[in-house]
Amino acid sequence: MRTELTDTTASAVRTALMRCCQQMGGLTTGVVLNLVVMTDEAGQYDAMKAASQAGREHPCQVIGVIARKAGGQRRLDAEIAVGENAPGQQVLLRTYGELNEHVDSVVTPLLVPDTPVVIWWPGYAPQAPAADPLGLLGQRRITDVVTTEAPRERLLQLAAGYRPGDTDLAWARTTTWRSLLAATLDRPPGVIFEATVAAEPDNPSADLMVAWLAGRLGVPVKSEISGGPGITEVNFDTDGGRIGISRLDGRNATLSRPGEPDRYVALHRRDIAELLAEELRRLDPDEVYGEALATLQATAGGT
Amino acid sequence: MNAPGDRRLAVNPLRDPRDRRIPRVAEPSVLVMFGVTGDLAQKKLLPAIYDLANRGLLPPGFSLVGYARRDWGDQDFAKLTNEAIREHARTRFRDEVWEQVREGIRFCSGDFSDDNAFDQLADTVSRLDAERGTGGNRAFYLSIPPGQFPVVVKQLERSGLSGDSVSPGWRRVVIEKPFGHDLVSARELNDLLASVFPPYSVFRIDHYLGKETVQNLLALRFANTLFEPIWNRGYVDHVQITMSEDIGIGSRAGYYDGIGAARDVIQNHLLQLLALTVMEEPVSFHPAALRAEKQKALSAVQLPEDMATGTARGQYAAGWQGGIPVRGFLAEDGIAPDSVTETYAAVKLGVDTRRWAGVPFYLRTGKRLATRMTEIAVIFQRAPHLPFNATDARELGENALVIRVQPDEGVTLRFGSKVPGSAMEVRDVNMDFAYGESFTESSPEAYERLLLDVLIGDPPLFPGHEEVELSWQILDPIEQFWASGGHPEAYPAGSAGPASADALMARDGRAWRRL
Repeated sequence: MRTELTDTTASAVRTALMRCCQQMGGLTTGVVLNLVVMTDEAGQYDAMKAASQAGREHPCQVIGVIARKAGGQRRLDAEIAVGENAPGQQVLLRTYGELNEHVDSVVTPLLVPDTPVVIWWPGYAPQAPAADPLGLLGQRRITDVVTTEAPRERLLQLAAGYRPGDTDLAWARTTTWRSLLAATLDRPPGVIFEATVAAEPDNPSADLMVAWLAGRLGVPVKSEISGGPGITEVNFDTDGGRIGISRLDGRNATLSRPGEPDRYVALHRRDIAELLAEELRRLDPDEVYGEALATLQATAGGT
Repeated sequence: MNAPGDRRLAVNPLRDPRDRRIPRVAEPSVLVMFGVTGDLAQKKLLPAIYDLANRGLLPPGFSLVGYARRDWGDQDFAKLTNEAIREHARTRFRDEVWEQVREGIRFCSGDFSDDNAFDQLADTVSRLDAERGTGGNRAFYLSIPPGQFPVVVKQLERSGLSGDSVSPGWRRVVIEKPFGHDLVSARELNDLLASVFPPYSVFRIDHYLGKETVQNLLALRFANTLFEPIWNRGYVDHVQITMSEDIGIGSRAGYYDGIGAARDVIQNHLLQLLALTVMEEPVSFHPAALRAEKQKALSAVQLPEDMATGTARGQYAAGWQGGIPVRGFLAEDGIAPDSVTETYAAVKLGVDTRRWAGVPFYLRTGKRLATRMTEIAVIFQRAPHLPFNATDARELGENALVIRVQPDEGVTLRFGSKVPGSAMEVRDVNMDFAYGESFTESSPEAYERLLLDVLIGDPPLFPGHEEVELSWQILDPIEQFWASGGHPEAYPAGSAGPASADALMARDGRAWRRL
């Protein structure tokens, strides 16, 4: 069921939303979280789609917010969709004029009570998400530095403004790699002297991976440039030889250990909806990410 | 992080309990599966292996060895696996994941009595250790009729596959119900397994315990403060545990005849659900702690004083099931026309503990009933005094908490609420939590969870042999009473069961919940 409201107020949106839900059979009951998506006209289609796909795993109320022209008349437009090809409910808000500075005043009354709030900036994000008026509403704040022009600098900025509850999709992109690396080291590898991470240039996931490995292993971790896509190789140099995983095509990885035939592992790159679903699985602060960011910041400060 | 002087890594430095994104991944291991051509393997086990691989939960090097009496090569078994996956896997088919699974697939052809074939199997498995780094870790899944357990277990021992205390890696054996057909046979089975595998290496699969809702029962009871204060005889009137099936016995006549509904379902599934419902809080979720509480609960179960009035059994007759005319049990293929095997069983049990004394637990199961449904319904006592006019609350029933195990997994809380209007009128309403509303796509199959637990070596969801024996101690006297004479009462297919089961409830002034 869809409804559009133009030049409206938050309370009118709320009333319309409740009416939609009642007509569709009271869907609010199944909602486990509020997902606020700060997007723009160009990115809204993909972002809302990813959010509703992630909503299949985590039924949520998605509130998309697009800040339109800052100048001119103050105005609020809303599109409501309930039970349309996704569980939960979706609201897309467009703000105009000086309302752009007070988006939180529109979002707050629409949040489903007794239910956690997650803020996601699929593109541009504030330097310190936790200090942002909307960021303050969320117990989890998700950014994505990959979509910005200078991902590495952005990552360092995020590190400077880090508060528990912050997280970045560049970190989620490392999960399948990290999981495979952890599984690889479940078999005692011997003494690790050094590790290497190879990735395409300017890849923030690789930076986080290097920082994480350095922090966990306590050995030097070198980073190398490759042709991509994403991270292509992680190697551990041990007293018994080199243990390595390489993935050159973004789908299939090879695990090699000294004295053993190479083994084949599926390691595909995941899309935004999958990454977002992973982020939403746990809403407590990701301390391991915080530590990796801190390591990254310390290393960057040292050079 | 490690001290500079000693860099040898005792524990995996990349693992951190706070890192919840990295899942528990199975160790590199070989899963040897007997009975790969069976229904269970095709529909559940092989797809579950793929789903685990697709979720990144199987390590590189994981290998699957099939054993069956077919003149097959590795590629034939791979083909069979591929078909099973494409048809039944829960997650999307990806070529690269399949490639990873396929690389570790082997097949051994032979009889269970064939020494040579088992030697070959042993050879294949140890080659995998060398080729794929599985480090001697082996799980043996016996998806075969229990009559064949002895020969297979002996073969595993003879061929050295079961290993000994000095061989590297772990050995685990997985068996499916039935775990015997009475106390004596259950002990025999256990002795047989214990002669080759230590107790902690035996995994008895009760797939109900792998279901999300059943695990959620533990969360519901022990993670909340809301339910614990009323979870006792002071507030609970009675409990109904139901597993009803709409299907008949299908092609399982050979197994089912002589076993019956009580042995097939009550002994394992329903008594496990009962144990989880009534047990005290375990001191931790450590397997030993959890099993200790379940054992205490089962050992406190009391049988009805009069078996004739405290139990009921039935046999489905021809009838209409969901709009389709179906045969009666005695007319099914492979069933003797004078069979006294019950297809419906109901028992009234007590639990003699301070918490539950006097609260009846009604367990029922049956085939060819009106619907397919499994639930635990905790029915609460009526309010001791209703300050309304007698007619105002006439439509108010008893409060109930219903844990729906399948289908439509979830929890329902039923309570009275005022009907809108100028009069004070109270009627039952439901408050509902449904997994099925939106969690279905990610909720893993019970077998995925259980297979992963086997490969990780995490046993809390598997019943121990003490629990199995306690359950038989509960059921054996009932079976003996039934065997002493009489015939199960016929009930029409598609109904709610035999009249004697309704009478059982009616004597206590209660009624079964509608199926």
